[in-house]
Amino acid sequence: MPADEAVRAALAGVAPEPGAAKPDPILVVDDVTRAFGGLKAVDVAHLEIQRGAITGLIGPNGAGKTTLFNLLTGFDRPGSGRWRFDGRPLHGLAPHRVARRGVVRTFQLTKALAKLSVLDNMRLGAPKQTGESFFGALLTPWGRQEKANTEKAHELLVRFQLDAKADDLAGSLSGGQRKLLEMARALMMDPTVIMLDEPMAGVNPALTESLLRHVKSLRDDGMTVVFVEHDMDVIRDISDWVVVMAQGTVIAEGPPEALSSNKDVVDAYLGAHHDRALEFDAEGNPIGETAELVTEMESVELGVDPSQTPTAQSVGLDRPDRGERT
Amino acid sequence: MSTGVEGNTGNAEPPAGQASPAELAARPARHRELAEGALLRGDGLVAGYVPGVDILTGCNFFLREGEIVGIIGPNGAGKSTLLKAMFGLLPVRGGTVALRDSDITAAKAHVLVTKGVGYVPQRNNVFPSLSIEENMQMGVYLRPKTFATRFEVVCSLFPLLGQRRKTKTGSLSGGERQMVAMGRALMMEPSVLLLDEPSAGLSPMLQDEVFVRIKKINAAGVSVIMVEQNARRCLQVCDRGYVLDQGRNAYTDTGSALLSDPKVVDLYLGTLAGSGETH
Ligand SMILES: Nc1ncnc2c1ncn2[C@@H]1O[C@H](COP(=O)(O)OP(=O)(O)OP(=O)(O)O)[C@@H](O)[C@H]1O
Ligand SMILES: Nc1ncnc2c1ncn2[C@@H]1O[C@H](COP(=O)(O)OP(=O)(O)OP(=O)(O)O)[C@@H](O)[C@H]1O
Ligand SMILES: [Mg+2]
Ligand SMILES: [Mg+2]
Repeated sequence: MPADEAVRAALAGVAPEPGAAKPDPILVVDDVTRAFGGLKAVDVAHLEIQRGAITGLIGPNGAGKTTLFNLLTGFDRPGSGRWRFDGRPLHGLAPHRVARRGVVRTFQLTKALAKLSVLDNMRLGAPKQTGESFFGALLTPWGRQEKANTEKAHELLVRFQLDAKADDLAGSLSGGQRKLLEMARALMMDPTVIMLDEPMAGVNPALTESLLRHVKSLRDDGMTVVFVEHDMDVIRDISDWVVVMAQGTVIAEGPPEALSSNKDVVDAYLGAHHDRALEFDAEGNPIGETAELVTEMESVELGVDPSQTPTAQSVGLDRPDRGERT
Repeated sequence: MSTGVEGNTGNAEPPAGQASPAELAARPARHRELAEGALLRGDGLVAGYVPGVDILTGCNFFLREGEIVGIIGPNGAGKSTLLKAMFGLLPVRGGTVALRDSDITAAKAHVLVTKGVGYVPQRNNVFPSLSIEENMQMGVYLRPKTFATRFEVVCSLFPLLGQRRKTKTGSLSGGERQMVAMGRALMMEPSVLLLDEPSAGLSPMLQDEVFVRIKKINAAGVSVIMVEQNARRCLQVCDRGYVLDQGRNAYTDTGSALLSDPKVVDLYLGTLAGSGETH
């Protein structure tokens, strides 16, 4: 059976409900909370990520997706909670230790070093086996490791259409090119689990398609992928399983096909019009379903039912602030 | 970097017989005919960052009063560079920019703001150490007295900005920052709005809302230029669209014509979306 079908088959028997147990979880999260002032950004009771699968993580703006990534990868400290990677506790580890264990993430707001070249940013992403392990040093002499890293960097840059930019400073890249570098850099580490935070936002649609094929091939070679994304076409195309967060908690889980029939997901996130084209007449007035959408938006603006706005749902009370985030 | 429109990279253009209407319309001669009387136009723009390296290599563009015009194209095509050149953030090395027939090629951004041009950059578009409210005040620094009324208008578009007005924007989520950036540009009540990827990072529901709101802002008299990677949605709301590739115009036509042009679909829109969509 091809790898993708095997993954789907393994998940076929999983109950489509929040916190569902998976047949072979690689990451298991328990009772994780994180509050900022009065706002509970993350409050996840139980979550399992299936090994070797692509798990899509979706939810409204401010749902806590990035904060959950920050916690799991050691970039932020939880109020409470534990999580295990491959059976071993991962909480409390510093980010570089988490990465060395094989759990690597990308940042939604990209983190490349602007004053270094694109190629050097890639090389910095590579594991430095020679320096870190005595046996590694015996097996791979310095030069050979360097050469292998550089070759690998070049291969990835070609795939991400950044090869022409290899010697340019990362700070001179376009918005989409920065996203591409962020993801390519993470792949330099040969992660066991890769957590991608909106990697395709700002990447042009044609290149997105080719990169999604690449991510699937990584999955087929055994990599576990967690993928945050707001583009539902991407989510439907790539996910073996989807987890939906809202207001810090997991509100739904299931196979991607089940999303649009889940009322909670439609109400909190997708909206009733998400897979319809927007339509306007020659004067620019909304017609058909787009007109319905506008009517809904206006009724919300007039205060008819403010609880229905996604922003009102996804944020808490006004609160003092705790400084800048990582 | 480019998806490769061969005829567009050198001087050799394909013979007119083989070119689609959208390709022909992207050529300079046709541009000059169509751009007559436009509100904002760029003609033969050449611009870049590093001496000797031009990113825009002869770009043509116009926006008529009351229009929404979309710009799409591969990463690194020069879309943000074009907006920056029009908004006086990047020296123009060749060609001209004109607003209501007056030359603004060398005008700086702060001057353009006083002429009613608003701009929302793609990145670093909030002041992270300032609160939401202070960000909005920055947006209206030229006319501080209008703050209260404008803030009310902006909050009706993005209720979050009112609800969390004291929150420092550096702590907001990616999508929340995007709302702050759009809100700030609207504080000045611009008559022309340049938007660099306004829907990026927003949830599907908010993306639709932002596009519908841009349409409403437009109906209220604001002419809009919008760069988008959410290319299908963008072309659905735009009167006209441009495809930029390697610093040059590759195609231009109405939004709906570009959406159904097989070459544009193949090279720039991809096939992932659209299959399930009803048009
Ligand atoms: N350091 C911080 N200080 C204060 N509030 C924070 C901080 N980090 C996150 N928040 C708040 O926590 C909530 C969750 O934010 P998070 O970035 O996790 O959302 P998200 O689901 O990734 O949203 P998006 O889809 O917009 O990226 C938001 O309301 C955000 O404003
Ligand atoms: N500050 C800079 N210094 C040097 N080169 C730059 C700078 N900013 C952009 N460039 C280069 O100019 C080209 C066009 O960049 P631009 O940001 O205009 O692309 P874009 O079409 O907006 O792409 P995207 O869709 O990824 O945002 C790219 O090759 C980019 O690397
Ligand atoms: Mg996020
Ligand atoms: Mg750009």
